Amino acid sequence: MLTYDLVVIGGGPAGLAAAYSAYENGVKNILIIERDDVTGGILNQCIHNGFGLHYFKEELTGPEYAQRFEDMVKGTTVEVMTQTMVLGITPQKQIYAVNSQKGYLTIGAKAIVLSMGCRERTRGAIAIPGDRPAGVFTAGTAQRYLNMEGYMVGKRVVILGSGDIGLIMARRMTLEGAKVLAVVEIMPYSNGLNRNIVQCLNDYDIPLYLSHTVTNIKGQGRLEEITVSEVDENRTPIPGTEMKFDCDTLLLSVGLIPENELTKSAGIQIDPRSNGAVVYDDMQTSVEGVFACGNVLHVHDLVDFVTAESMKAGKFAARYVLEQYQHSGETTAVKQGDCVSYTVPQQIDLQAGEETTDVFFRVNRVIKGGTITLTAEDGTVLLSRKKAHLLPAEMEKINLKKDLLKGHETVTLSVNC
Amino acid sequence: MIDVAIIGTGVCGAAVARELSKYRDLQIVCLEKDTDVANGTSKANSGIVHAGYDPKPGTLMAKYNVKGNAMIRQLAKDLDIPYRQNGSLVVAFDDEDMKTVQALYQRGLENGVPDLSVIDAQEVRRLEPNINPDIKGALYAKSAGVISPWELAIAQMEVAVQNGVEVRLETEVTGISLCGDHFEVTVKTNQGTEVLETKFVVNAAGVHSEEVCSYISKPNFHIVPNKGQYYLLDKTQGALVERVIFQCPSKVGKGVLVSPTAHGNLIVGPDAVDVDNAEDVSTTAQQLAFVRNTAARTCNKINYRESIRNFAGVRAQGTVDEFIVGTVPETDRFINIANIKSPGLTSSPAIAVDVVSMMGEAGLPLKEKDDYVKTRQIVRFRELDEAGKQRIIEKDPRYGRVICRCETITEGEIVAAIHAPIGARTVDGVKRRCNAGMGRCQGGFCSPRVLDIICRETGLKPEEIRKDKAGSNILIGQTPKGQDKASV
Repeated sequence: MLTYDLVVIGGGPAGLAAAYSAYENGVKNILIIERDDVTGGILNQCIHNGFGLHYFKEELTGPEYAQRFEDMVKGTTVEVMTQTMVLGITPQKQIYAVNSQKGYLTIGAKAIVLSMGCRERTRGAIAIPGDRPAGVFTAGTAQRYLNMEGYMVGKRVVILGSGDIGLIMARRMTLEGAKVLAVVEIMPYSNGLNRNIVQCLNDYDIPLYLSHTVTNIKGQGRLEEITVSEVDENRTPIPGTEMKFDCDTLLLSVGLIPENELTKSAGIQIDPRSNGAVVYDDMQTSVEGVFACGNVLHVHDLVDFVTAESMKAGKFAARYVLEQYQHSGETTAVKQGDCVSYTVPQQIDLQAGEETTDVFFRVNRVIKGGTITLTAEDGTVLLSRKKAHLLPAEMEKINLKKDLLKGHETVTLSVNC
Repeated sequence: MIDVAIIGTGVCGAAVARELSKYRDLQIVCLEKDTDVANGTSKANSGIVHAGYDPKPGTLMAKYNVKGNAMIRQLAKDLDIPYRQNGSLVVAFDDEDMKTVQALYQRGLENGVPDLSVIDAQEVRRLEPNINPDIKGALYAKSAGVISPWELAIAQMEVAVQNGVEVRLETEVTGISLCGDHFEVTVKTNQGTEVLETKFVVNAAGVHSEEVCSYISKPNFHIVPNKGQYYLLDKTQGALVERVIFQCPSKVGKGVLVSPTAHGNLIVGPDAVDVDNAEDVSTTAQQLAFVRNTAARTCNKINYRESIRNFAGVRAQGTVDEFIVGTVPETDRFINIANIKSPGLTSSPAIAVDVVSMMGEAGLPLKEKDDYVKTRQIVRFRELDEAGKQRIIEKDPRYGRVICRCETITEGEIVAAIHAPIGARTVDGVKRRCNAGMGRCQGGFCSPRVLDIICRETGLKPEEIRKDKAGSNILIGQTPKGQDKASV
């Protein structure tokens, strides 16, 4: 059996940053396991710019951003095993994996960082009715064909969902000569970053239909036509509002789901709100010595935030390896209150970790002039902060001093709206 | 001269092809209009091996169902396909339903169904703790099971091919004429039309069987295609029920069932709606809602957020409530297998045995081969133990490269599917043979890689690769930069 101090599962931006950070914090015996041919994860197909503004203070493309971290990791003793698929992990931190060179591998680790990323929601998950022709792709799959393989998936395109990948693909398909007829969003607001609405849709005169959805798909071999309907406040299509689009391609950008099948196989507690592991403020999961970060924990908007979170996971994973520290038992649970869809972390250890911690969260509606409030069990307001705009598309954070939480088993984070 | 032309490669055509391939000195040709075998009703149904208490006693449906059920157990072993005899329950919600359950029990006994019992509510709740508790009782049929329906057809066709049967895909029959001692079958392919001479014709054309029959004889049946829609859910929901859970049947069919599939997913459906177009497999919001609402009576714990796919299949249902299996008045060398609605999947192996003996009686020489190979095996990497995984990777490193992450399907399995006796040429063809793309991401990650492997193994160009049916090409061509990359 191979053994490492730290095994990082997934060599995307989260895994690379976690491994690098763990190395910087004193652990030298580290393995990154990556299922793809190369590290870098989804950044490899994100050839647009806009990455790195927070972390590197400059604007990079996805591959450039990934390259920075690949270079940083190259200068360390971190080993990278590519084309290797992890099949299972145990609470005892044994990892089962396969690859072509070594066959079936059993790997022991003192600590594990989970950084497997996320997958796209599919047509089946949202039950779009109609025929099942070719030409219906998740936006990320189309992006891979276009940017990695150099192939066009279609000429006349409608995009369902205004998530960032959908918006980026609207521009990308346009630049490659396709006609993007519309971006259709079921919610009354966009799910993408505002800068992407401006730069990817407005600049190319691509219409955005808010409160609309795809209600039928037609086509025998290849997609021929889709029907778009307006929806009411309950997201139910309104009869009589149907519009037909003559198109050969429908791209879906309807949400991302953290890929936690391995996490679940190890018996790690999952938060049904974030679809990721329940973590402490040191990014440790319910299984001691197993940490999680990046999109496998919760879906991020910006890779820079993934990096920051993963650096933290790497740092504490290193501390766990070197000191075998344990949680103090003096913890505060953070619950989501009104208008908040989830928080990360869900548990704050008042003794271990740092003196302050960021709590990340998303709101579940567009809020103008809201107040972010942290309340104790008895309703006492522990902290409140005004914010002019809060959007579901933009991850929010507040920084908490742990002193504030002393004596509270549970606090609730809410936004009054 | 062909000895037997089998029209249609669904589960019935495949069963006849396999049955016939046991005999020597016969030229057997299967004609399929689609891009792949088993691409109609056989791939889009509930995948249930019925016990046989539903059909009226004395019907062909009753006879073939019970016989087929018993045959499938061994057949699934020989063919190495997913099958589980998990039993079925017909649950009763009220006293009226209990009467139906009793009637089905009696009918089952008459039909010779083994291991049948009526159980009380407490026993139902013990067997199936997740179904709704407000039930009166159920009919429990231990001989029922679940099977991968398309693999039943594909694997039988592979056995047939390895024993000498020829399969012609994208070959549509457009006319048949009886010319004395043989038939002339006109087929349309992308090369134009061609006339084939054959001594026997088996009409296993499913929803198109009436049309195929009409070339030779005025059909004594009328097909009214009947569509059923389904939800397929993630394996996280696959253990919600252990058995196939039916509601009491009504005139329109066996109703909406909730069942684990042979692959471990949960299937919910189908409804039953007559359609004009036999190729119409579209789903509708209204009928999918009907399926959900009806299934909620059986189990209200189904998490539809875990849905991974909706689909619809069209039953080759006729106006007569009976299978049509037999010759036509004009000749005993043209055999119809028509009106094959449920329990057609279960019945198909038994139907095939009778169809072959009918041909024998009509003069087809049936001399058994000495070298008939009745089995086929495929590697299912994820089902191997640690040592097995290690061994297969040592033998062929491509088994160490996982392509489909959701279902843990390796490059080795995909390559094997492409080079199988009826090799996959489409992305969905790969999916049906080895499960790549069947999981929760529905091929989002692996389909570009599968496409790539098909190109590499077959020499086809990426823009030639189809998702499934004719015209379902995935890519429309290279980008200018892509062309640069290719020329480097």
